[in-house]
Amino acid sequence: MIWTREIEHKNKYPNANVISLGIGDTTEPLPDVVALSMANYARKLSTPKGYRGYGAEQGCKALRKAIAETVYKDIGIKDSEVFVSDGAQGDICRLQLLFGSNMSVAVQDPTFPAYVDSSVIIGQTGDVNRESGSYQKIEYMACGPHNSFFPDLSKTGRTDIIFFCSPNNPTGHAASFEQLEQLVQFAQENGSIIVYDSAYAVYIKDGRPRSIYEVPGARKVAIEVSSFSKIAGFTGVRLGWTVVPEELLYSNGFPVIKDYNRVVCTCFNGASRISQAGGLACLSSEGFKAVLSLVDYYKENAEILLETFKSVGLRAYGGENAPYLWVHFPGSNSWDVFNEILEKTHIITVPGSGFGPAGKEFIRVTAFGHRENILEASKRLRSFLS
Amino acid sequence: MSAINQIVSTSISSSTSTFLGHNNLKNIKPSSVAIPGKINGVVKCVASPSAEKTAYKTKVSRNENLAKLQAGYLFPEIARRRAAHMLKYPDAQVISLGIGDTTEPIPEVITSAMSKRSYALSTVDGYSGYGAEQGEKALFVYLSSQQLRAAIASTYYADLGIEEDDIFVSDGAKSDISRLQVLFGSNVTMAVQDPSYPAYVDSSVILGQTGQFQKDVEKYGNIEYMRCTPENGFFPDLSTVRRTDIIFFCSPNNPTGYAASREQLTRLVQFAKENGSIIVYDSAYAMYVSDDSPRSIFEIPGAKEVALEVSSFSKYAGFTGVRLGWTAIPKDLLYSDGFPLAKDFNRIVCTCFNGASNIAQAGGLACVSAEGIKAMHEVVGFYKENTAIIVDTFESLGFKVYGGKNAPYVWVHFPGRSSWDVFSEILEKTHVVTTPGSGFGPGGEGFVRVSAFGHGENVLEACRRFKQLYK
Repeated sequence: MIWTREIEHKNKYPNANVISLGIGDTTEPLPDVVALSMANYARKLSTPKGYRGYGAEQGCKALRKAIAETVYKDIGIKDSEVFVSDGAQGDICRLQLLFGSNMSVAVQDPTFPAYVDSSVIIGQTGDVNRESGSYQKIEYMACGPHNSFFPDLSKTGRTDIIFFCSPNNPTGHAASFEQLEQLVQFAQENGSIIVYDSAYAVYIKDGRPRSIYEVPGARKVAIEVSSFSKIAGFTGVRLGWTVVPEELLYSNGFPVIKDYNRVVCTCFNGASRISQAGGLACLSSEGFKAVLSLVDYYKENAEILLETFKSVGLRAYGGENAPYLWVHFPGSNSWDVFNEILEKTHIITVPGSGFGPAGKEFIRVTAFGHRENILEASKRLRSFLS
Repeated sequence: MSAINQIVSTSISSSTSTFLGHNNLKNIKPSSVAIPGKINGVVKCVASPSAEKTAYKTKVSRNENLAKLQAGYLFPEIARRRAAHMLKYPDAQVISLGIGDTTEPIPEVITSAMSKRSYALSTVDGYSGYGAEQGEKALFVYLSSQQLRAAIASTYYADLGIEEDDIFVSDGAKSDISRLQVLFGSNVTMAVQDPSYPAYVDSSVILGQTGQFQKDVEKYGNIEYMRCTPENGFFPDLSTVRRTDIIFFCSPNNPTGYAASREQLTRLVQFAKENGSIIVYDSAYAMYVSDDSPRSIFEIPGAKEVALEVSSFSKYAGFTGVRLGWTAIPKDLLYSDGFPLAKDFNRIVCTCFNGASNIAQAGGLACVSAEGIKAMHEVVGFYKENTAIIVDTFESLGFKVYGGKNAPYVWVHFPGRSSWDVFSEILEKTHVVTTPGSGFGPGGEGFVRVSAFGHGENVLEACRRFKQLYK
């Protein structure tokens, strides 16, 4: 829907320099060392020694190991618990296939739409309430300024699965250690499974947890999904992973990892080996340094945008531990704000209601973009909003 | 530690003991540790049985559909057996004609495109994120290169009425099959050929379309198995096939190698039309067709209203590790309420997927260039030569051999024998890995699939060994 509005707008104003701070798509080129590793790997596929056919569906051992040792250093995740994939969206769907339709699900409100949409598709939900946009049978855990963007778990009903994204898309809030302890305890008390999306962990600045497994006991209650998309600009290259700890058991004692492995082997054929070569390069010491400086670039964008909204007196949440700003326009309808911003400044954002009923008065602004576009967008926003 | 354990552990060792009455400890399950005060005759000394019993369990029920599956997916099982065999015979030169894994290098015209694309991603002008193309975005957001979709349509579907925006580029057929199953949901009935590529049945089980596995007939309840045997020329007798919503049909066939004729596919399309069914046509081996058997279901008039087609670059370009394929869904394929399937599939693709790797797609574009097509035909031709050698070998040994003409698979008949036994015998005696036919369904019992993917010298060597074993 955003893209149709974008096309309409560009047709209406063919000479406008439309700046997209909407879809969270990375913009900066890959580090040389990463691109080179993929180029070399691809080239070698033409040689007898370098040719490789099918890879293990769970990912190549070296990459699984690198993820376990680099991303989960000192957190005690085994390489056998890491399932390399073509990204979080594919993994969420595979997890839904794993869980099946007889599951109750909780999501944050607002939330990355794929958890809800995949839940609807797999048959876990009831009908949609056209007015509010929420689906029956899903437990929506409101996250807003009123509760510092962490759900009031005392008011949350028990569900089998709890989708939790931190740092959060779209609000940008990164849960604190204490908050995640509460979440893990809540899951333990209810016998629930947390599906923890840590795709933006690397944007955390202030020492908040980067993995759910930093919380003791999480290995027994949580699956973690992550992605190279926003770490390394791999949105087009396609690479991610999911961790399923061996201790995570169904009510009958059967290990979840065994069934997940079966789903992965049946419904998937591995991430592209070329992408995996790129992933390995990202996790090498040289690569990781280069990748983190890319992340810093987007973090600086976020700072600029935060400053912009502050300067015109708007409440902008997030932006500190995530590449998203969640800007509050109290009393308004997010589509109206989206349209107005687009019309008056030629900037594409995302209306908050696209993420759930609690997003009604908010606009999501991403920090991905070329610096000059971020600066130009800031200029326009300042003059329009002041 | 319980009292019993204390007594037991001080007086006996855990390995052999007359106290235990027998010395086969394999039968002892740690969970059947003695009830205090009662010795059932068999006690195993375990250090802390309490750890297992009190392991935390969530309250989430296991998906009963996963529980229906009988074993692991077929090919990892073959890989396991191969690995075990290599451990047992570390000096043996094990030759793999089991898993249909390509072995020959990818033509340079294709890898250089992927290499170039990789480099380009490190440049300002060449970088791209989510698969949006520069310029116009189609209203259907396929997250795939518009250029590639157009090229696939014109290469494989020219004059067949399948257009660029009917093509959904993917990371391969296996993923597409599951995405199609997610599309169809659990309330559909499905028919498969028997034998067939295991992903159709297994994904059907996972989605909840089937009943339990019936051990006596080796079939899942609620699936219509369409027997394909030498007796019926490897094309099902449609007059005996029950109506189902979905019909999975693979031609050229994995594992039998049989390519259906135009006449047969016309009957299949008519059958689907009469029953209001949808054919999921797997054409992954189409480029292996040597005669005038159809390469696409859409060559059959009327197919666009009853069929969609899944295909892959895996076996054409050696892309088994690169991951690229596509599904073609005609605009005329409609649900009973008139809603176009393609619209819902697009929704699935946008929600459950995020596009094939842009580097793989660049490779795909090179595959369907004039030079790329020529190169793919050469690769295919090489594997077809292997197939001919394997067919000759088994025929010369007096076996009834099927397939091999239009596909890289040879389907060898071992009448009256268990296919897993034959698999084991061949592996043990010749160090060659094949695939037991029953892994593809009960209709595969008595057959072994020999794949023709391999280095030329390995295929020749394997054939020499077959000749030794079965002379």
